[in-house]
Amino acid sequence: MSVADFAFYAFGFIILVSGLMTVASKNPVHSVLWLIATFLGATGLFVLLGAEFLAMLLMIVYVGAVAVLFLFVVMMLDVDFATLKGGLAEYLPIGLLIGVILLMELGMIFGVWQFADGAEAARAAITPNIGEIHNTAALGQIIFDDYILIFQLSGLILLVAMIGAIVLTMRHRPNIKRQNVVAQMHRDPAKAMELKDIKPGQGL
Amino acid sequence: MINADIQTVMPELVLAVFAMLALLGAVYTGKDKVARLLVWATAAVMLALALWIGTNDAGANSAFAGSFTDDAFSRFAKVAILISGAAVMLAGRATMERRGLLRFEYPVLIALASVGMMVMVSAGDLMVLYMGLELQSLSLYVIAALNRDSTKSSEAGLKYFVLGALSSGLLLYGASLSYGYAGTTLFSGIITSVNDGHVGMGLLIGLAFVVAGLAFKVSAVPFHMWTPDVYEGSPTPITAFFATAPKLAAMGLLARVLFDAFGGAIADWQQILGLLAVLSMFLGAVAAIGQKNIKRLMAYSSIAHMGFALLGLAAGTVFGVQSMLVYMAIYLTMNVGTFAFIMSMERDGKPITDISSLNLYARTEPLKALAMLVLLFSLAGVPPMVGFFGKFYVLKAAVEAGLTWLAVAGVIASVIGAFYYLRIVYFMYFGEENDGVETNMSPAAWVALVGSAAIMILGVVNLLGIEGAAATAAAALVN
Amino acid sequence: MIEFFTTTNLGIALLILGQSLLIVVPLLVALAFLLWGDRKVWAAVQLRKGPNVVGAFGLLQSFADFVKYILKEIVIPDGADRFVFLLAPMITFVLAMMAWAVIPFNEGWVLADINVAILFVFAVSSLEVYGVIMGGWASNSKYPFLGALRSAAQMISYEVSLGLIIIGIIISTGSMNFGDIVMAQEGPGGALNWYWIPHFPMVFLFLISSMAETNRPPFDLPEAESELVAGYQVEYSSTPFLLYMIGEYVAIVLMCALISILFFGGWLSPVAAIPDSIFWLLGKIVFFFFIFAMTKAIVPRYRYDQLMRIGWKVFLPMSLAWVVLVAFFAQYGAFWGTYARWAVGGG
Repeated sequence: MSVADFAFYAFGFIILVSGLMTVASKNPVHSVLWLIATFLGATGLFVLLGAEFLAMLLMIVYVGAVAVLFLFVVMMLDVDFATLKGGLAEYLPIGLLIGVILLMELGMIFGVWQFADGAEAARAAITPNIGEIHNTAALGQIIFDDYILIFQLSGLILLVAMIGAIVLTMRHRPNIKRQNVVAQMHRDPAKAMELKDIKPGQGL
Repeated sequence: MINADIQTVMPELVLAVFAMLALLGAVYTGKDKVARLLVWATAAVMLALALWIGTNDAGANSAFAGSFTDDAFSRFAKVAILISGAAVMLAGRATMERRGLLRFEYPVLIALASVGMMVMVSAGDLMVLYMGLELQSLSLYVIAALNRDSTKSSEAGLKYFVLGALSSGLLLYGASLSYGYAGTTLFSGIITSVNDGHVGMGLLIGLAFVVAGLAFKVSAVPFHMWTPDVYEGSPTPITAFFATAPKLAAMGLLARVLFDAFGGAIADWQQILGLLAVLSMFLGAVAAIGQKNIKRLMAYSSIAHMGFALLGLAAGTVFGVQSMLVYMAIYLTMNVGTFAFIMSMERDGKPITDISSLNLYARTEPLKALAMLVLLFSLAGVPPMVGFFGKFYVLKAAVEAGLTWLAVAGVIASVIGAFYYLRIVYFMYFGEENDGVETNMSPAAWVALVGSAAIMILGVVNLLGIEGAAATAAAALVN
Repeated sequence: MIEFFTTTNLGIALLILGQSLLIVVPLLVALAFLLWGDRKVWAAVQLRKGPNVVGAFGLLQSFADFVKYILKEIVIPDGADRFVFLLAPMITFVLAMMAWAVIPFNEGWVLADINVAILFVFAVSSLEVYGVIMGGWASNSKYPFLGALRSAAQMISYEVSLGLIIIGIIISTGSMNFGDIVMAQEGPGGALNWYWIPHFPMVFLFLISSMAETNRPPFDLPEAESELVAGYQVEYSSTPFLLYMIGEYVAIVLMCALISILFFGGWLSPVAAIPDSIFWLLGKIVFFFFIFAMTKAIVPRYRYDQLMRIGWKVFLPMSLAWVVLVAFFAQYGAFWGTYARWAVGGG
């Protein structure tokens, strides 16, 4: 067993165990922490595949930003998880059904990938040779050259989402005292205060 | 190469950049105080773009490796989208202002939604299709809930969002299946894999899901459930927008997917569309009869009209597409006028939507009542009006394509549907005396109402030349 | 013997272990003296003497503290989540150490010479927030939790502008490898060739953002003693507290190293005539650590809303605009190609 094999099994094991624990933990915060461990395992697998850029992105975006917000929400929410878990038996059959369907689909994908006509060519064509072009550069080429239109359109969609969030939720409360930083910085001490020379023992 | 690509998407680019500049400008200046100015500016930009696109005769260009197509079909649709969008915005401006809803984000979101719609009708790739659709839908979800202090409006936004997300899910599932079985997301690639003999099972399921997802957007039965609630809950000027441009965009997108990507499988999707068309026509006609709220009634009316448009598409011929385009153009014109009227309906400064409030309306406002009479007759498809020709073309296309049973069903449905339009006319002219309704119209709304009514009569001569444009557009799509 | 270390699995593992120790041990020893230096600077500014009892000039003070931390009892609060409570400081410590794996100390002197080194550092520093949140949450007490929330919001906010500043450097170099970034700054001009001149405004933004990112004064709101006692560290004592503290300081030194590498030529010598060496890098790190220490001693603490405001409304737009500007400069080869050094970095 080479180091790479060992690393693969180690990461695979981490993903499986922490995925299981994500579902099984009693404490929701622990669940999120296990979820993060799952992400980290996936990061490891990406590195093993030679997709180090994706690995880092997964770590920065999912673990560093999305999961943090998720953790925030879970910590702040006061949900009674005992009652939530109570529905387990109720939803178990449909959960299992969906799981089985997903498993079958994965099996079918694997079958097509492995045995279909022209599968060999499709497998061979997925990535350019590492020696020819670096995978970060290749990704950049695809995203910013080939699919620039789609990339920019998704930017517009995010803009709309942002406008929407602001339009629908922001309210300016009129009688709140706000800080005007520029005004504060340009305050003139000569106008704001007055120095008085007071002789001892006299007072104002 | 990139320069040519950018040249091709220039109209979309201009509108998107305008929307962003408008947003920045409004945020840094007067915010809602400049909203009125922005409405006018946005409408002006959209009309200018419509003029530019309409007079541009560049033939068929495809950009970004085939993922964006600019041809006569997309230009026809874009002109219709831009003009109707601008008209609705101008007609609704005064109403929005009276209700205190004229926020500066409104024209910006309308502009961005229009960008989305323009991308939709130009899509040449499943991913671009989805991006355009999502850009349009997301903007619409937001403006549906624009009146955030009203429960109904929030409910409309939420309902629209949840069901829209579901439909996007269906569409994406279909798109991913199509991609999986065709090996490409480009329409030009999918059509070659369809043309190689028979259509595979996987691709067919993909097609069905894509059509189901798009049927949500055109609100065809059985994917119509959101329509009445969203129409009723949203502020009326926004409902007017929902009823016009997005419908045409979704129809254009549907036509594009069906002909550009699945043109080799006409027999397969003909059945799906035929079923959708019949169900929509009948449900729209029957369910509208019991409605007391004119906005809900218009929702069912739009469902029925979508059924007719789908009928034209189901024919699967050049003439079918042409009839669909003509039908949609007429539908947009009628709806702009009708909604210009509906949004001015109020009593004591509060909007009302009861049909019964129109009782004896003709006595107080004979001209507006007459305009509404023309529009309602046209919506019903009563012969001298233009609306009749729309229906006539669609039915003719269906008969020519051998779908006689569909055409017969269409005739029956339109007879049933005529009942509720005529009922409103009856109320306006012969109803009983009651509280009545005031209709304060801004000049823009008045022009929209009377103008579209005039078109419904004057257009009888030659449909204002729209037929020829639609024929070129249809020929560009189907080849 | 050499084959054993380069071919067999066990040998490679041992080699990596040895290299790691070679980085970690000197780093920790150096940290002891940096801590001492930090306190001395602070004391000097306040006209005090600072630590002066243990060893000559108090040099061994840190080691005395270390022994004290180790030998004291670990107190775990009653309602705490024991597992997470103990895991949190370990995470902080380990992550702070991990980032050093990709820092080059001299040409080729780097443990892991990966292509996306800069992203790796960024990713690891974005993970550091977990140590703080987990610690604050697991303490099951109000002040730690508030401190943790503050810290998380603060670290996420400033990471954004740090990332954007780094993007400017990446555009200039055309590579995300630290070795390439340093080599791109090499040239006959010596110090005049470093990125601090073309990327001048960003040097300050980076410095300030890195202070906020590492919860250093004047941005130490998460542990602001005047309002939150000690923030997320309230309930920590003895070794876990030590781990937190070391982790924090290692992160600070890492930021100093990053500034040296990104803007001040890493191991390159400022004058072309003098040979490059690791001592230049170490000297630069110590210099920036001195600046960190001086800032802590001189500048009063920010208010929390001011901190967030400056992060989102000042730094973010500025760094974003800078990225766009650099992209244009680099694309069109403005300023004699100062912004486009792809020939060195590859790409």
